[in-house]
Amino acid sequence: MRALTWHGKHDVRIETVDDPEIINPRDAIIKVTATAICGSDLHLYDGFIPTMQKGDILGHEFMGEVVETGPASTLRKGERVVVPFTIACGNCYHCGKHQYSACDNGLPADNQDIAQTLYGQPMSGLFGYSHMTGGYSGGQAEYVRVPFSDVGPIVIPDGVDDEEVLFLSDILPTGWMAAENAGIEPGDIVAVWGCGPVGLFAVQSAFLMGADRVIAIDHFPHRLELARKFGAETINFEESKTYDALMEMTGGIGPDACIDAVGLEAHGFFVDNVWDQIKASTFLGTDRAHSIRQAIIACRKGGRVSMPAVYGGFIDKFPLGAFMEKGLTLKTGQTHVQHYMPGLLQAILDGKIDTTFLISHRLPLEEAPEGYRMFHDRQNEVTKVVLKPGLAAA
Amino acid sequence: MSGQLPDSAPPATARQRQAKEWPADGVDDAVGDTLVGQAVTINRPASELFSFFRDFANLPSFMENVERVEVLDAERSRWAVKAPGGKTVEWTSGITDEVPDRLIAWASEKGADVPNSGRIDFRPAGDRGTVVTATILYDPPAGAIGRLVAKIFQREPAIQARRDLRRFKQLMETGEVASAARTRKQRDEEKG
Repeated sequence: MRALTWHGKHDVRIETVDDPEIINPRDAIIKVTATAICGSDLHLYDGFIPTMQKGDILGHEFMGEVVETGPASTLRKGERVVVPFTIACGNCYHCGKHQYSACDNGLPADNQDIAQTLYGQPMSGLFGYSHMTGGYSGGQAEYVRVPFSDVGPIVIPDGVDDEEVLFLSDILPTGWMAAENAGIEPGDIVAVWGCGPVGLFAVQSAFLMGADRVIAIDHFPHRLELARKFGAETINFEESKTYDALMEMTGGIGPDACIDAVGLEAHGFFVDNVWDQIKASTFLGTDRAHSIRQAIIACRKGGRVSMPAVYGGFIDKFPLGAFMEKGLTLKTGQTHVQHYMPGLLQAILDGKIDTTFLISHRLPLEEAPEGYRMFHDRQNEVTKVVLKPGLAAA
Repeated sequence: MSGQLPDSAPPATARQRQAKEWPADGVDDAVGDTLVGQAVTINRPASELFSFFRDFANLPSFMENVERVEVLDAERSRWAVKAPGGKTVEWTSGITDEVPDRLIAWASEKGADVPNSGRIDFRPAGDRGTVVTATILYDPPAGAIGRLVAKIFQREPAIQARRDLRRFKQLMETGEVASAARTRKQRDEEKG
C-alpha cells in the first residue's frame, strides 16, 4: 500500500510499504477514505518528538471502510467508521470509568516503561505518534490495522459525508472535553487561548453548554475571523494586552472559565530539553507556557481553568500562589475520545455543530508531503488539510 | 518475623536489599539471593486468574522469555527459558505451597541452571478486580556481572517480571496481548 512515512526533520515521504494484517482477534483493517494532518503532526515533522523511527507511518485522525475483521471484532465488512486516536481496550478499570486515554492495556508491555518512568503510570496507545505511544502505524495510509475495533471505531450512517464526521477522531471531542472541563454554567464568560481547531471547537462547545459570552485569543487574523463567525468576541494579542483587555471586557472581574488551547496540537510526550527547543524556536512557542500562566492570572476568583493544551514535561514560574489564593480549579487530560463520540455524532447529525468550516485544503494522499509543507509554513490560511487516498493526484 | 521492615512497604522496595536476612516472607525453602517484587491489579476475579496461571502450560502465552513449560505431574514442571547471548537455561520446579484462588509458591530443584523460588499471590480487590503480586528470588548466573549483562539485554528478571505481569493483565482483561506490529512477520520478529 501507499503510506506517508517519517524519515527525519522536514522529511516525510509517500512510499510503498507492506499492507497491514490482522494480528489480534479484536483487530479490524480499515481502508482509509479521509485522514487529516493534525497540528501535533507538525511536531513530528519538526523532529521534536523523541522515539521516532525512520519509516514510521504518521496520522491519528482518520476514517474509512472496514475491509477485514478479526474473529472478535464486532464490525462488519463494508461499514464506514471513524477511528479514535486513542487506542483503548474497553475492559480495564480506567476504561470502565470512561477514562479511555488512561487505558492500562493500549500500549504494548515493553513500550509502557518510558511513560511509566516519565509520568508514574503508562497511558493509552496512540496511532502514528512515536514509539513512546506504542509505535502503532498511523492513518495517513491506504489501510490501517485498528486494534480493539469492537470498542473504538464508531459506525457512521449512510448519507453523511466523510468531512462532516472525520473530526470525531480527535479535535472535536478534544474541544468539547476542554469546554466540559471548564465546568461552564449558563451566563458564564469564557476565555479561550488559541484559535486552532481545538480552540475553535471549544468556542462552539462553550456556547452549546450555555456560555453567555466567549472571548477568543490568537494572533492569526483568519483564525480570529473564524472564531467571530461562531459568535465569539476576539483579542489579537499582538495588537492588545491580553490581561488588560480581558479585565476591561469582564468589568474588572475576569473570565469565569479559562481554556488554554495553545499548543494543544501536541498529543506528545515531550521531555524537558525538547520542550525548551520548542519554546526557543517556534513563534507561539515562547508564549506557550505563558498561556497557562496568563489563564490563571486572568481567571476570576473561584473560577475554573481547563487545559487541553498538552504539556509533556515541566514548566517553570507556574503561578502556584495565584492558583491557590484565588481558589481556582484546574482540569486537564488527553481526550477520552470513545466517551464523547456517540453524543457528538448525534450533535453533528442534528446540525448543532459545524465541522467542515475548518477544512481549507483537500489533497490526494500522494501529495501529503506538500500538505505538511504548506500546513507548516502558512498557518494563517491553512487551517486544516484533509488527505484522501481515493482522490486522483493533480 | 526477622528481617521484616518496620512499616508497610514491601521488602522488594527497600533501599538496601536485605534478601539474606529476609527469609522470603512465605517463600518456604527459599532458593536464591536476589529479590524481585511486582504487583499489578487485574480487572478479573481471583479464581479465574488462579486457574489460568496454575495451568503452567499457559504461561508462555504471556511470559515472553519462557520457551516452554512441560508439566511433569501435579507438582512438578520442567522450564526452558531464554537467557542473554542466545542461550537457553533450564530447570525443574516443584510447588512448595498452594492455596486455591489465593497462592502458588514454587522452588527449583537441585541442579537448576538458575536456582530460583517465589510465590504468586492473588488478593481480591473489590470492584478493581484482583491484586496479583509476584515475589521471586533467584541466583543470577555469574552474580552481579551476569545480572548487569542480563539487564542490558532486557532479560533481567525484574524487567521481565514487570512486563510479563502487564502481558498477563492484557491477556486476562482483553483476551489478547497488545502488539503494535502491522504485519504478522513483524509480530513474529518482536517475539524473537
